[in-house]
Amino acid sequence: MASIGPTVLQLIPSATRVSARVHPLVIFNVCDCYVRRPDHAERVIGTLLGSILPDGTVDIRNCYAVPHNESLDQVALDIDYHHNMLSSHQKVNPKEAIVGWFSTGFEVTGSSALIHEFYSREASNPVHLTVDTEFKNGETTIKAFVAINLSLGDQHLAAQFQEVPLDLRMVEAEKVGFDVLKPTNVDKLPNDIEGMEALMGRLLALIDDVYKYVDDVVEDRVARDSKIGRFISDTIASLPKLSPHAFNKLVNDSLQFLNLQDQLLLLYLSSITSTQLSVAEKLNTAAQIL
Amino acid sequence: MANTATRSFLQVAATEEATTPLRVVQIEGLVILKIIKHCKEFSPALVTGQLLGLDVGSVLEVTNCFPFPIREEDEEIEAEGANYQLEMMRCLREVNVDNNTVGWYQSTLFGSFQTVELIETFMNYQENIRRCVCIIYDPSRSNQGVLALKALKLSDSFMELYRSNNFTGEKLREKNLSWVDIFEEIPIKVSNSALVSAFMTELEADTPVTQCDYDRLQLSTSPFLERNVEFLIECMDDLSMEQQKFQFYYRNLSRQQAQQQAWLQKRRAENMARKNAGEEPLPEEDPSNPIFKPIPEPSRLDSFLITNQIANYCNQINGVAGQSFSRLYLMKALHEN
Repeated sequence: MASIGPTVLQLIPSATRVSARVHPLVIFNVCDCYVRRPDHAERVIGTLLGSILPDGTVDIRNCYAVPHNESLDQVALDIDYHHNMLSSHQKVNPKEAIVGWFSTGFEVTGSSALIHEFYSREASNPVHLTVDTEFKNGETTIKAFVAINLSLGDQHLAAQFQEVPLDLRMVEAEKVGFDVLKPTNVDKLPNDIEGMEALMGRLLALIDDVYKYVDDVVEDRVARDSKIGRFISDTIASLPKLSPHAFNKLVNDSLQFLNLQDQLLLLYLSSITSTQLSVAEKLNTAAQIL
Repeated sequence: MANTATRSFLQVAATEEATTPLRVVQIEGLVILKIIKHCKEFSPALVTGQLLGLDVGSVLEVTNCFPFPIREEDEEIEAEGANYQLEMMRCLREVNVDNNTVGWYQSTLFGSFQTVELIETFMNYQENIRRCVCIIYDPSRSNQGVLALKALKLSDSFMELYRSNNFTGEKLREKNLSWVDIFEEIPIKVSNSALVSAFMTELEADTPVTQCDYDRLQLSTSPFLERNVEFLIECMDDLSMEQQKFQFYYRNLSRQQAQQQAWLQKRRAENMARKNAGEEPLPEEDPSNPIFKPIPEPSRLDSFLITNQIANYCNQINGVAGQSFSRLYLMKALHEN
């Protein structure tokens, strides 16, 4: 590649090694757009919104589909639509800017380069996200690419799509609970007490698992693994060692942050308030002296 | 069954009139994520947005939504807001999203959403669409690992009363309407497309513990409870103000009645005297006299709403305290082991 003279074949790499982070909403939205695509369309494409974090990670937080037409060698993107939608989104959240574009399908295709070129004008170094909605190789494939320009001197020759690491951030989805987001149909949202109950069940199962593992190791049924052992001992050690007296004080003393008595009092107060309300209501409707 | 196929569109439209009551709100996972994203990004500011979907029999399907920009008081901007809404609907229709308004969503802080504004917005929506729903999301509660989503609608009897703007005690008794009956909570169902479900199953293998669980095990609930109690106290003050208004009204009313009685007795005595003197009796009613002017009864709407609010806070305190008890006992058990 090294050569003599003024013309050098250059691979201009992106400024920093980018990685991308995708929020679950984007995946949900892409799937929804794909389900609702027009009859003739084979894939859907759209704009990705988000921001670039200080460490160079592209944070993809939102997206919207853009109607397009694809024939053999050309792509027509509805640019007006794209701009309208962009300005609408920015009215709501001015902090979200274009960071790239998505397309459904397994791989980067020839026309992708054209679309990518368009997005390069909208944002510097856009990210191209592909979501395989057809499960071509039997599993989910979500990939992110950036384009690297290949140029000879001043002449632009081609763009090479290079895959970048992708972090599927599921924390938000975790907050909602996968019990709600995974199945196709959920009849009822769990309320707080039910959630607590499920949690206790899971916690108990986990503790049982640990017990079983430890027993197994002690009785030489399972090969010992010092890493796991260390994890377990760390976990147990993270429990503060308190004398029963100090612990009781912690729980019962109202000056501490865990105050059993305060909470009992509050519980009592709120119950008495609601009782009062129902009594007042009965009195109001029954005994109006008119 | 055979004649169902031959029914004309008009007939169908006519039978639709006899509506089945709204039983379930079916929300897509996408909508939940969108609402949460919007509400959380702007929390603690309160935000709203529009819900789009379909109305199918007793089920209201919410299949998409879009956020509203933060509202400003300026008139010009308000007009822009309407434009924004139209523009967004048009754009979404182009990518085949159901563009049928079915209601709106809004965020709330510690469940303080029962306001006159909510009712007004609801009435506005109700004028345009037959069936609409309001989804309330509480970001503050979600930090504790609860999915605090609620679907509400106003009850029919309350809407009727609200239209006539008649909240006197008598009317309320006639309708048998109490504060519990203002809002109806509708059960929420969540649906995901098969595609989404496949993706989620693949991407997130069954992890035994999730973020949600960690949040639930958070031991410190004091700030939340404190705020709740603070709000509760404020509401109590408001309620006692309302009660004072009523007491004032009743006191005025009884004073007026006493005056009326006195006047009537005087008039009767006078009439008796006139009769004895052989003169025409004076009428027993005198509309021009100020003591016969009816005193307007204050509206009970406010006190109803406040009562609702108080009940809500009480429930929340109960729920949170209950949860933290189990957490405390869990900790105790852990410690004893």
